[in-house]
Amino acid sequence: MELLTRTEKWDLTYNHALGETASWFFTQIRDNRQIYGRKDPKSGRVLVPPRAFSDQTLQPTEEWVPVGPHGVIECFTIVYEPFRGLPDPPYAFGFVRLDGADTAVGGYFKGVDLSDGAKAAEKLAVGTKVITRFKDERKGDILDFWFEPQA
Amino acid sequence: MKAPRVGIIGIGQSEYKPRRNDANYPELVREAVALALNDAKMELDQMEAIVYSLAPDALLGIANAERLGVDAVGARNKRFMRINTGGSTGISSVNVGYSHIAAGACDVALVAGADKVGENGDAQTIMNKIWDPIYERPLPQGTITMLAMSAIRYMHKYGMTQEDMARITVKNRQHAALNPKAHLRTPVTIDEVMESRMISWPIKLYDCCPQSSGGCAMVLASEDYIRRHKLDAVWITGVGNNSESYYIGDRMGIGYTADHADAHALAVACRQAYAMAGITDPARQIDVAELYAPFSNTEFHAIEAAQLAPLGLSPRLLREEGFFRLGGPIPVNPSGGTLCSNPIAVTAMVRVAEVALQVWGRAGDHQVKGAKVGIASGNGGDHQFFGAMVVQS
Repeated sequence: MELLTRTEKWDLTYNHALGETASWFFTQIRDNRQIYGRKDPKSGRVLVPPRAFSDQTLQPTEEWVPVGPHGVIECFTIVYEPFRGLPDPPYAFGFVRLDGADTAVGGYFKGVDLSDGAKAAEKLAVGTKVITRFKDERKGDILDFWFEPQA
Repeated sequence: MKAPRVGIIGIGQSEYKPRRNDANYPELVREAVALALNDAKMELDQMEAIVYSLAPDALLGIANAERLGVDAVGARNKRFMRINTGGSTGISSVNVGYSHIAAGACDVALVAGADKVGENGDAQTIMNKIWDPIYERPLPQGTITMLAMSAIRYMHKYGMTQEDMARITVKNRQHAALNPKAHLRTPVTIDEVMESRMISWPIKLYDCCPQSSGGCAMVLASEDYIRRHKLDAVWITGVGNNSESYYIGDRMGIGYTADHADAHALAVACRQAYAMAGITDPARQIDVAELYAPFSNTEFHAIEAAQLAPLGLSPRLLREEGFFRLGGPIPVNPSGGTLCSNPIAVTAMVRVAEVALQVWGRAGDHQVKGAKVGIASGNGGDHQFFGAMVVQS
């Protein structure tokens, strides 16, 4: 028999509040090109991106600590497949532990030729030193900065 | 504390396929329920509680589809609960069915669900939405990229190669070829995996699970009910579940408690299940494993979390010593696993169902000879919510 289908589309818009901690973090990035972490008073660990409370000790964080702009790659991937609603490939992103931080923050990797995956993966290997770059036009967002391997 | 025993007395699985245009969502749930009831030789009226296995709504495209599904499982006027822990939803649902019975709330529980991931086909677009909108969703994080990054760390830490990953796909496709319910049943070679297109370095197309449609249901009962009615059963003897913290960036750097390379919280869940079941040496005592692994690389850290191999050594055991294959030591995913069929809402229930069939001696062409004790696992969230279950004959 003939089997019928019906097409449905979800198109929803949300205006998410960032809260005080993420708002201050992004304001500093936007206005001063400076990334900060939050220090867990119990363990002394500096959490980047900053959280209002520590996932390990569960204590409220209390102090802002400037971190970066240098850091090391902790992990990466390079995406070659297009996914609907996501950026056009290829693009590379992953996590970097910035100097002065104990945890890693996510960001794009730029300044690497991604046309050959194997060669690009060597340039983004775990432990590679990177520097943070900031957009000229910043709006207070995680995409205001990215990382580039250092020569 | 001695836990009461809970038995599995019926199992129903549809065939897992790219699409099921002959059945809408509740009809597909109903199909799995009918198969499980038929297997248990019972009627819907005899089910006292229903646990409904349903993962993130957007995969199906129906918000709170448990509303639509209640009639397919006959839930009117009964205990009813929808469970969602992402990819581990199915094993969490069996856990809740187990808990209803172990708590003495009822003697018989039906655990059921279905998914139609193929009706959207953009699972990664949907999965991107499980990340927080502030720090990680814009990157754009997704389940393939998250686990590609786990592969990178596992490679860095233990020396796994892309060929090692390919060996998992080759093994599981060989297994799936023997399982008439599996979605991807065509055997492939290491070269074919290596030549498949790169999706998210180092994960290639053939390292990825498919987007499957299908349903699964199980009937659970108390030991007292099973004895009284002289029913055939296999037994859930150990149950574990454990959560990791949220931020992936906290699983690396300095002073972390769990490495994103590994599956730390899954190991805890497995230890809980083994302790309940009295299993002290899993590598010797476990006959068969069905471990949730949607990408080839993640089967290695799941094997190690289940303590079937020491940390970092499972790639070598597969490569050089013939481990984890049907016919070899400790077969893992003899059904073909999540890598060959992934109807997300029930995938982790299928892991339990397949282990149960194995220890029951009813797994057909992919039967592990003489299997008596098995472990099943499930992973959900951003490699975050884990479940484990020991099933014995």
